[in-house]
Amino acid sequence: MSDYQSFECDVLVIGAGGAGLRAAIEASAGGVRVICLSKSLLGKAHTVMAEGGVAAAMANVDERDSWKVHFADTMRGGQYVNNPRMAELHARESPARVLELEKWGALFDRTKDGRILQRNFGGHAYPRLAHVGDRTGLEMIRTLQDHGVHQGIDFHMETTVVTLLKDGERVCGALAYDRDRGYFKLYRANAVVLATGGIGRSFQVTSNSWEGTGDGHALAYHAGADLLDMEFVQFHPTGMVWPPSVRGILVTEGVRGEGGVLRNNQGRRFMFDDIPELYRNQTADNEEEGWRYTQGDKSARRPPELLTRDHVARCINREVKAGRGSPHGGVYLDIAWIKQKLPNAAEHIRKKLPSMYHQFKHLADLDITKEPMEVGPTTHYMMGGVRVDADTQMSSVPGLFAAGEVAAGLHGANRLGGNSLSDLIVFGKRAGEYAARFAREHGAAKLDAAKVDAAAKAALAPFERGPAHNPFTLQHELQEMMQRLVGIVRQQEEMEQAIEELQHMKRRVQQVGCAGHRQYNPAWHTCLDLEHMLTVSEAIARAAAERKESRGAHFREDYPEKSKEWGRYNLVVRKAADGSMAVERVPVIEPSAELKQVIEENR
Amino acid sequence: MATATFQVWRGDEAGGSLREYKAEVGEGMVVLDVIHQIQATQAPDMAVRWNCKAGKCGSCSAEINGRPRLMCMTRLSTLDLTQPVTVEPMQAFPKVKDLVTDVSWNFRVKRQIKPFRPRTPDAPDGTWRIDQKDVERVQEFRKCIECFLCQDVCHVLREHHKHDQFIGPRFLVYAAALEMHPLDTENRVEELRKAHGVGFCNITKCCTAVCPEEIKITDNAIIPLKERVVDEYYDPIKMFFRFLGGRK
Ligand SMILES: Cc1cc2nc3c(=O)[nH]c(=O)nc-3n(C[C@H](O)[C@H](O)[C@H](O)COP(=O)(O)OP(=O)(O)OC[C@H]3O[C@@H](n4cnc5c(N)ncnc54)[C@H](O)[C@@H]3O)c2cc1C
Ligand code: SF4
Ligand code: SF4
Ligand code: FES
Repeated sequence: MSDYQSFECDVLVIGAGGAGLRAAIEASAGGVRVICLSKSLLGKAHTVMAEGGVAAAMANVDERDSWKVHFADTMRGGQYVNNPRMAELHARESPARVLELEKWGALFDRTKDGRILQRNFGGHAYPRLAHVGDRTGLEMIRTLQDHGVHQGIDFHMETTVVTLLKDGERVCGALAYDRDRGYFKLYRANAVVLATGGIGRSFQVTSNSWEGTGDGHALAYHAGADLLDMEFVQFHPTGMVWPPSVRGILVTEGVRGEGGVLRNNQGRRFMFDDIPELYRNQTADNEEEGWRYTQGDKSARRPPELLTRDHVARCINREVKAGRGSPHGGVYLDIAWIKQKLPNAAEHIRKKLPSMYHQFKHLADLDITKEPMEVGPTTHYMMGGVRVDADTQMSSVPGLFAAGEVAAGLHGANRLGGNSLSDLIVFGKRAGEYAARFAREHGAAKLDAAKVDAAAKAALAPFERGPAHNPFTLQHELQEMMQRLVGIVRQQEEMEQAIEELQHMKRRVQQVGCAGHRQYNPAWHTCLDLEHMLTVSEAIARAAAERKESRGAHFREDYPEKSKEWGRYNLVVRKAADGSMAVERVPVIEPSAELKQVIEENR
Repeated sequence: MATATFQVWRGDEAGGSLREYKAEVGEGMVVLDVIHQIQATQAPDMAVRWNCKAGKCGSCSAEINGRPRLMCMTRLSTLDLTQPVTVEPMQAFPKVKDLVTDVSWNFRVKRQIKPFRPRTPDAPDGTWRIDQKDVERVQEFRKCIECFLCQDVCHVLREHHKHDQFIGPRFLVYAAALEMHPLDTENRVEELRKAHGVGFCNITKCCTAVCPEEIKITDNAIIPLKERVVDEYYDPIKMFFRFLGGRK
């Protein structure tokens, strides 16, 4: 039937964000043939949008920092259901990975003595985020991309994988289509690295681009891999809320790191009203102390605006629900007030937060050096994903690796800001290294032609069904439903209703279709994306309904407290033998004795 | 809600034409919102690139009322909606479909520019000491989001099609970023003069006028590069050293 363009390589990297690029660079440095795919053009992946910085305990600004403190912060932020070995590797290795970026040409902002400058961020005990203004992601992706093209990696841009292919237990390649031209591309590979990013598009209000449809999560699930922690979806506290067309676009936490404060419509700094026990020792109890902290006073404790994201998002939600919100359903984020403290505040703000200044000026007609912004929670980051081995990043399917946002374990129940960019380079490198090793040790795998044909046929089905049922309509309904029923505040009945509605939608997705030809046809693309979005949404809803407690990003109105019992488990989602979706409790991984002690020392 | 008329170019490499659509317009909307609305309700197969919706990724480049712009950063309130608004693909690149063009040439060009080569580290732990001032000087160039709008507008590419002799303003900015990188030790002057064709630029500054990142492409990147080429090539002492095989 369909004809394919065929490619062979040792390591196939799916995704060209920070994680995919870093994996591809490492694998190719290991001397194997690497092909790296992406749905967008090179350099446009989500990573480019990251703003605030990359977390690495280099201790350039505060010599008290070390990998141990970073590790303990990450575990505390994740509410101790993280994979402690991943948190350890991450904290130990990220300084070297950041310095490596500098060696490859990245330029970060500097301290007075010329070293890499680090900034404050929520949940990090010390200034830890290497950054360049508020466009750190651009610096990172461009550096990796430019380094990568000179390393002989083969980039296939605008190529979307529709299914992973297996040879027995082992993964052996992928079937994809070329977005521009519409033909199929068949990849045979000895190892595959998933680096497909997040899932934000399953929700209505999100900071994610169209790419965040959870493809990697769904591909891995259907290939038989375990998904982990799917109930933990991060809602970032500060997205834009007005005008409607930009609702959800991110306002970096860097604004608060630089001294920005949150107020309700009565002018109250409501974050002082609710400081969780776990953080009481580390949080300022008056506004003056909070300000001193943002200005680098080492004796001061952090302002409550810099508590973890899950908490700040819920406080904002509460203010809005109680009628204390801003006109468009958010709260106020004010950085302009620092003019009371700094002589050249306007210039300072423009220099520290240039793209925020630009974003509000152009999209909302608002000058952040003069007026407060209106902000509210937005679906931002997926803590859950493919369950991987901490050291090698291999999933439960031999030869299938995962790194970056699509992988799970490092962040537990809540990710700290800045810990994603560092995750990408630490575990991207590891995934690339071990995938190359796997490819060398295991040699060629075989493709099953019949399965390839079946997958291609399924991918073309939307054309046979025709345009009567519009995929965009179903997509909008799904997003609205997930936002309403599985959003920031959850309860059993609503989640069960969501699961039921998802079953209807799974039938309806078999009816949506498209007209026209295969060349760059967004309706066709959306038909195929929808299947991934539904798989991921169902995994989120099922895991969330199962975890009967509130922890980190997962907040339940019907079980508002954290439970000791649930703290012993992670949830795994996998495809059962009968094709249904199964959720299983697995014990959390115990930290080693040494790591336990590190946690205790940093309580 | 008010409605407005949009004429969007529909077609592919074989040809096409402007097609008219009515769209509902509301407060704060940008052109990309309109395109998405048309796509979701009237033309599901209409091709368009986008990612960030906030001017950060450089995906949504097009020509709005004939002017190269990012669709996600073009507010409807800045356009005259009593007239139809035209939205067309970039003209300097081959068409793929509707608003999507084949920009792969840009990626090939970039590969030809000599990569970053740092000096040996300043400190025994393998790190460098850099002054914040030196970081800021090249930041302007490193802000580039590779939207290729400057390439689209430059007459050397758009009208004279010198794609194989001239790398275009985007990559002159890129070369400038490398040349002025505080750690870089590579020399790209010879290539700039020959293969990269910096001489083709006659300083019309059209590129600077369309850059959404407000990079002063001509004044801050291209002119200093031209000066560098002149200094190195027409300075008798340097010419002598080059004759002896010396560099930089
Ligand atoms: C606005 C914003 C600001 C942020 N700021 C920060 C910050 O300051 N610090 C921080 O640490 N984190 C930040 N984050 C989070 C961080 O940017 C992301 O988590 C991270 O970039 C994800 O990187 P990744 O490499 O895993 O995936 P991505 O960068 O999302 O890349 C995914 C890649 O996979 C490809 N892909 C996906 N599906 C397929 C498929 N089916 N076939 C082929 N290719 C596919 C995509 O095309 C893309 O190339 C921010 C996020 C956003 C949205
Ligand atoms: S200034 Fe030079 S590069 Fe820029 S548009 Fe004019 S000719 Fe092209
Ligand atoms: S220099 Fe400006 S116009 Fe040119 S590609 Fe970069 S951001 Fe776009
Ligand atoms: S969508 Fe990213 S620049 Fe317009």
